[in-house]
Amino acid sequence: MASWPILSVVTFLPLVGALFCLVVQGPKEAVDRNCRSAALITSLVTFLVSLLLWVHFDPTKAGFQFEEKVAWIPALNIGYHMGIDGISLFFVLLSTLLTPICILASWEAVETRVKEYMVAFLVLETFMVGMFCALDLALFYVFFEGVLIPMFLIIGVWGGKRRVYAAFKFFLYTLLGSVLMLLAIIAIYWQAGTSDFPTVMEKLQLPFQWQFWLWLAFFASFAVKVPMWPVHTWLPDAHVEAPTAGSVILAGVLLKMGGYGFIRFSVTLFPEATQYFAPLVFGLSVIAVIYTSLVALVQEDMKKLIAYSSVAHMGFVTIGIYVMNMQGVQGSIFQMLSHGIVSAALFLCVGIVYDRMHTREIAAYGGLVHRMPRYAFVFMFFTLASVGLPGLSGFIGEFLVLIGTFKANTWVAFLAATGLILGAAYALWLYRKIIFGELTKDSLKAILDMNRREVAVFLPLVLIVLWMGIYPNSFLDPMAPAVDKLIGDYNAALKLARTAALP
Amino acid sequence: MDLAIKLIVLLPLLAAAIAGLFCRVIGDRPAQIVTCAALLIAAALSILVFATIGFGHEKQVIVPLFTWMTSGTLEVGWSLRVDTLTAVMLIVVTGVSSMVHVYSVGYMAEDPSIPRFMSYLSLFTFFMLMLVTADNLVQLFFGWEGVGLASYLLIGFWYDRPSANAAAIKAFVVNRVGDFGFALGIFAVWMLSGSVDLKEVFDKAPEMAQASFMFLGYQVPALETACLLLFVGAMGKSAQLGLHTWLPDAMEGPTPVSALIHAATMVTAGVFMVCRLSPLFELAPTASAVVTLVGAATAFFAATIGLTQFDIKRVVAYSTCSQLGYMFFAAGVGAYSAAMFHLMTHAFFKALLFLGSGSVIHCLHHEQDMRNMGGVKEKAPQTFILMWIGTLALAGIGVPFILGHGLGFAGFYSKDAILEASYGAHSTVGQIAYWLGVVGAFMTAFYSARLMFMTFYGTYRGDHHTWDHAHESPPVMLIPLYVLAAGALLSGLVAYGWFVGEGWENFWGTSIAVKATEHILHAMHEVDTWVKLLPLVAALSGMALSYYYYVVNPAMPAKTIRAFKPLHTLFYNKWYFDELYDAMLVQPALAIGRLFWKKGDGATIDGLGPDGLAARANDVAGVLSRFQSGYLYHYAFVMLVGVAALVSYFMLFVR
Repeated sequence: MASWPILSVVTFLPLVGALFCLVVQGPKEAVDRNCRSAALITSLVTFLVSLLLWVHFDPTKAGFQFEEKVAWIPALNIGYHMGIDGISLFFVLLSTLLTPICILASWEAVETRVKEYMVAFLVLETFMVGMFCALDLALFYVFFEGVLIPMFLIIGVWGGKRRVYAAFKFFLYTLLGSVLMLLAIIAIYWQAGTSDFPTVMEKLQLPFQWQFWLWLAFFASFAVKVPMWPVHTWLPDAHVEAPTAGSVILAGVLLKMGGYGFIRFSVTLFPEATQYFAPLVFGLSVIAVIYTSLVALVQEDMKKLIAYSSVAHMGFVTIGIYVMNMQGVQGSIFQMLSHGIVSAALFLCVGIVYDRMHTREIAAYGGLVHRMPRYAFVFMFFTLASVGLPGLSGFIGEFLVLIGTFKANTWVAFLAATGLILGAAYALWLYRKIIFGELTKDSLKAILDMNRREVAVFLPLVLIVLWMGIYPNSFLDPMAPAVDKLIGDYNAALKLARTAALP
Repeated sequence: MDLAIKLIVLLPLLAAAIAGLFCRVIGDRPAQIVTCAALLIAAALSILVFATIGFGHEKQVIVPLFTWMTSGTLEVGWSLRVDTLTAVMLIVVTGVSSMVHVYSVGYMAEDPSIPRFMSYLSLFTFFMLMLVTADNLVQLFFGWEGVGLASYLLIGFWYDRPSANAAAIKAFVVNRVGDFGFALGIFAVWMLSGSVDLKEVFDKAPEMAQASFMFLGYQVPALETACLLLFVGAMGKSAQLGLHTWLPDAMEGPTPVSALIHAATMVTAGVFMVCRLSPLFELAPTASAVVTLVGAATAFFAATIGLTQFDIKRVVAYSTCSQLGYMFFAAGVGAYSAAMFHLMTHAFFKALLFLGSGSVIHCLHHEQDMRNMGGVKEKAPQTFILMWIGTLALAGIGVPFILGHGLGFAGFYSKDAILEASYGAHSTVGQIAYWLGVVGAFMTAFYSARLMFMTFYGTYRGDHHTWDHAHESPPVMLIPLYVLAAGALLSGLVAYGWFVGEGWENFWGTSIAVKATEHILHAMHEVDTWVKLLPLVAALSGMALSYYYYVVNPAMPAKTIRAFKPLHTLFYNKWYFDELYDAMLVQPALAIGRLFWKKGDGATIDGLGPDGLAARANDVAGVLSRFQSGYLYHYAFVMLVGVAALVSYFMLFVR
């Protein structure tokens, strides 16, 4: 175990870069250049430091590691408590990996207000990482909500034509859910007398009535974030209007906050309500998978199509969490990580042609393979990862979720598995329309293939997707004890409740 | 031995990576050399492995590589399993694949993206080898989807053609429908047996046969359901009735691809899967009956379409579909060894027929319509002879009763074995399969002879410019044809004893279900003589009729079409499956998608949710703002009304 507060360093290091960006002075070009470099270097260093977490992580332990605990508001018994277990470890890594990639991807695409843009991203990284590390409900809420602010600005300032509408829709939807969660957190706080999560987890035993309402309050917040049907409509708009890097973070990390929240809080704190509401979650998720896949089939905008496919893929995640067996939960977490990489890469792919042509309309493209063979390869690769081809990351998550679900409920597995068929249909259709065919449009005749910087953005993602697909145990093993404990505690709590209910 | 097996599987992958990733650096010729060399080495090693496993003492070698995924009680590994069943497939896959690689050097010589093509071919071979060496169901699924990907890439190889792109997507998506069933089958097997490793699953098979579980709200027999689900996967990959529509369209791909993937190897994966899982299927009588019926129906149905088609490749494609049906009904009645036998012989003669057709197409400068052919034997005499070998092998021509089991072309042995086995099964479905199979044999002989007569006989019917430039194919294309022709001539004769003759027990070991095989092979040799003779009679009369129709009296086809107009229309339009699916599945899916998008997301969710709330808030604000008009008398009036209301309230209620 490291003797220095490694989690705090990972969390707050980006702020140092942000501070630098804020104070740097000079002619605009120099400032822009310095800010870009500073942001890239800071985020890369942060990523390297976060890798130490993986190196020093003890994969045999189920509990929290790298814990830091300082009193924050002692009078109210609210503390600054950080720590990660096998579940949150990889979400931290996902956040620190995607941030430098986003900054690299915005290198040339963002030209206005570069300083503010970089600051927004670095602040966003702090909030994201902090959110996954926080072990105090109040602290968690601060980070959870904090994420909204830079994201709201990124969409609203650097977005497309309808950016203000999209930004507000995004903000209001997520905020509305979060307010209910805040109420629930306060309620828990009054019950337990502390907001320290491990203590709450240990001490709190709520009657079913309480669990019922509190679960719903948390659900309101997390369901919007995932997003689950029918509160998903903010996502396509937000994606379409967000700048490329914004979409990458949105799909790559922000959606995972919902799934993470379900695992960390809903399931752990409200086991009876979890069992009670599981059918609801299954129903909504199955609808999400089929409904949004069908909607994706008829989209005319590249980003919208991928956004809808995200909703479908996240449907698998929520199903897996609520079947509450090893394969289901591990599959969900894996699916989130995989989707974090793959959908991020797909949005980057859209970004590549958007930067060149400034349109996302599918009909405006066609035959790009003639001019952009490297791009065609990368796009094909991630399309296949997205449709869950075995050997790539997408398969492992979907397979584990479905095999776990089949054990719990064959109907849910059956219906969700239809998503595999529809997913192949829309993803390959999109690919065909953009990449294949003859290159007839004059506007495309001079389009250039990916340059070296763009290759550098994709290369790590390609390797990770292969790694996750061929040897997923690197990721599954460290999370196994934590997931095992999660399920064990859940079953124990249910058993206890059953015994208590007996006369 | 372990090393040889690893090399067989990994060499094609390596070659694919080299040719695919560094194609611009190394150029066309090195890409061809690397891939062909890798495949030829793999083929040579496969023969070695086949000889060792098939005729040695060690009947099974398992080479574990590393674990794939572990989650709770689910453990999946990467490992290569080679037993006789796999060894047969290794021969077929690497043999045909290496020949197709070499052939492609000639066939694709003028294509601008040679390295890409060679890379895809090798990649396909890798996935196919992973499929046949799979030691667990999930790895089988890996190879399964992998070959689907390679097939998708190769069907759409000429990506400028919209028809090729459409066919590629269709192939992938229809296969996904099958894979959907396959995946559910894997889930069911894992849930019931607690493992996905073949050995452990087979050990649990008797238990599973007794068990039952809840599936979609019904209590269903466990093993039967699992087998049926797995068979849905096999139907997709092997283009069986209902999920066959992608295979004819797949002919959009270059001809070597059709030969390798859509005739000899990938499409037979379904048959391989049923044989591989024969210890499960043998204990699932209902599922096996379904396999038999689907196979028999396909054998018949595809042959009817084959009678009427004019595209030379489509005729062969429907013939493939039909022959796969034969293999399935053999497996369905328990004659797994006969199914594998036909799989092997079919791989040789069907690859020969496809590559021969390719040679004709090459000769006539990419003409595929048989109506524009004729008399080609003058220009391509070697192809002509080779195609006849393939045709006779497909029709199953031979001389019975001499040299023990008769003397004939490869299909003569294997197809007869299948038909005898299905008759010998003495079950209703077996009888149905036998009779449909005999009728199918008649039609097969008819259409394959028709192909020969329309292509090579008579006078040329196309344009003369093409005819003047028509030429026999170069040696690099002909040599593979000779090799395959040797297989079509000899494989049946040589392998009869190993596969279905007296030596089967030594040969197969435990790689296929022993009990069922023993039973059926015994019954097969007991059937009456007429049962053995009838398929040959059917085939000969089919060819004779074809000769009469297309050589002696060429007016006959038109007359017959007029006489049976509705039937011909049905067959010619492929029983309207494509139209049906489009109207029933594709269009509704798009319509529902559009409905959900515009009405669901747009009008309902956003309309009632965020946009609606925002609009209502605006409305309310608008109404409220009207009160603030700025006129004093408005305010005074409102105050007065308020006072009046309050006073009334107190007077009426509070007092």
